[in-house]
Amino acid sequence: MASASKLITLSEALKRYVPDGAEAVVGTSLETMIPFAAGHEIIRQRKRNLTLVGTISDILFDQLVGAGCVGKIRAAWVGNVITGSSYNFRRAVEGVDLKIEDHSNLTVSMALKAGAMGVPFMPSLTGLGSDLFKTNNSLKKITCPFTGRTLTAVSAINPDVAIIHAQRSDEYGNAHLWGNLGVTRDACLASRHIIITAEEIVSPDVIESDPNRVITPGFRVSAVVHAPWGAHPSPVPGYYNRDHDAFIEYREDSKTPQKFEKWMRYWVDNVKTSDDYIRLLGNERVANLKLKNHLLSEPADYGY
Amino acid sequence: MATDSYHYTLSELMVTAAAREIADGEVVFVGMRLPLLGFLLAKRTHAPNAVGVYELGIVRDTPAPEPILTMGDLPNLFRAKWLSDTSDVMGLLQNGTVDVSFIGGAQVDRFGNLNTNYIMNSGRLATRLPGSGGACDLACLAKRHIIIMAHEKHRFVPKVDYITSPGYGNGAGWREKSGLPRGGPSAVITSRGIMEFDPISKEMLLVSIHPGITAQNIMDNMGWPLKIADTLEKTPIPAEYELKVLRELDPEGYWTGD
Repeated sequence: MASASKLITLSEALKRYVPDGAEAVVGTSLETMIPFAAGHEIIRQRKRNLTLVGTISDILFDQLVGAGCVGKIRAAWVGNVITGSSYNFRRAVEGVDLKIEDHSNLTVSMALKAGAMGVPFMPSLTGLGSDLFKTNNSLKKITCPFTGRTLTAVSAINPDVAIIHAQRSDEYGNAHLWGNLGVTRDACLASRHIIITAEEIVSPDVIESDPNRVITPGFRVSAVVHAPWGAHPSPVPGYYNRDHDAFIEYREDSKTPQKFEKWMRYWVDNVKTSDDYIRLLGNERVANLKLKNHLLSEPADYGY
Repeated sequence: MATDSYHYTLSELMVTAAAREIADGEVVFVGMRLPLLGFLLAKRTHAPNAVGVYELGIVRDTPAPEPILTMGDLPNLFRAKWLSDTSDVMGLLQNGTVDVSFIGGAQVDRFGNLNTNYIMNSGRLATRLPGSGGACDLACLAKRHIIIMAHEKHRFVPKVDYITSPGYGNGAGWREKSGLPRGGPSAVITSRGIMEFDPISKEMLLVSIHPGITAQNIMDNMGWPLKIADTLEKTPIPAEYELKVLRELDPEGYWTGD
């Protein structure tokens, strides 16, 4: 049976698979390959009452909170990695507009691992003695049936959708992702739907030449979107570096709700396509962020 | 800060002190910000065989080939020893492979418990901080961890409002009772001095004062009467070769400038 292409527009993918109230795992490679283009489309569609799941979030969660898209966050850290606190998030939590489930990176990893494995929880040694138990109902202390020791049970998270940015994908959802992987593999396996946004769309031959690099089996992927520069300002191995200035500027641009509105009009609402976004970035910035030192891996022989 | 011969910043002093906590050959779980530089400085000076583990899913045993601002910068992935899942590197932490980790904090108490989630004021939420990230995991599971933070009175409280990253809880035996497998804070490096923990009571103890700071100045910036070690030392200033390396690592002074 010939597979059907899953290649659709960003707008269509988010309309179909991220309804209001959905639970979405986003930014699964931590600091790298954050799906900003998809996040900005969520803002343009003015989604409401989403639950965001993540490990650390480097400003994308703050942007979605500022745009009023989020009802709940289940994550370990929400901020701006190189500048510290993020303001929309602080305003929302301090104003009690946002529900929070406080995790650590390991508890989020285990929640998604449990979701991926189809079990109700995963045991861990982290968090014991901490107050995470007070602000996270997904954590319980249990006694190990084998050793009698105290363990942290981390309840499974099975998001409605995983939004993943990858370097390249075929139109059937088989995507190559390389670099640090964060919680991406488990996030994909745990989620009901997967949206892949990719720097490049390539032929299945390219993907099948290196199956170890496939992040999750394509038959479970719901949508594939061509999104060049779709992770800017976060870095994408093989494509572009981290745009530190964008993170530093965002700190100032999000200091007040008024400044954030202005930021959102310029960088989000004003943009309809990848080309619009790249035009806003400008040639000089784009050129500066491109890789200067390439390092191609040695081919691996998968033959027989 | 200045001496007759040369200048260094307070951050450079703190990073140098952090670097000196790393022994050669140790497996180091490297946190965000100043700890990142502390590890790189140690690698380039006295601990060339130290191995760095990063929560993004990175293991490397050489400094990145170019200055980086954060662990996810592509030079930190370049010729890494291992690129993997977060649960893989967290596994190294949980299974006891990691010797030492570094974490920052907003609020710390007399037993080294750290809060990076909620600052309260008279029972009401005053400030929401970013949260644990990996800090809780690093504090629970490394063989020891080192805390690096600014030393201000409101940050040094008798009891933290919320334990994000467990220290010694309420004292001796608490970690064991809680079920933690090992570890605990071994040092707190601040902008005024260095504290360690009493081996018996697990209470914080002042062991070293930075140049230009008095014991009284430290007492004035504490939320409880800090105990002082029998032999109180003066924190050694960064050596010239350490400053040279640090300025190569952070050429614009983003983390270590004035």
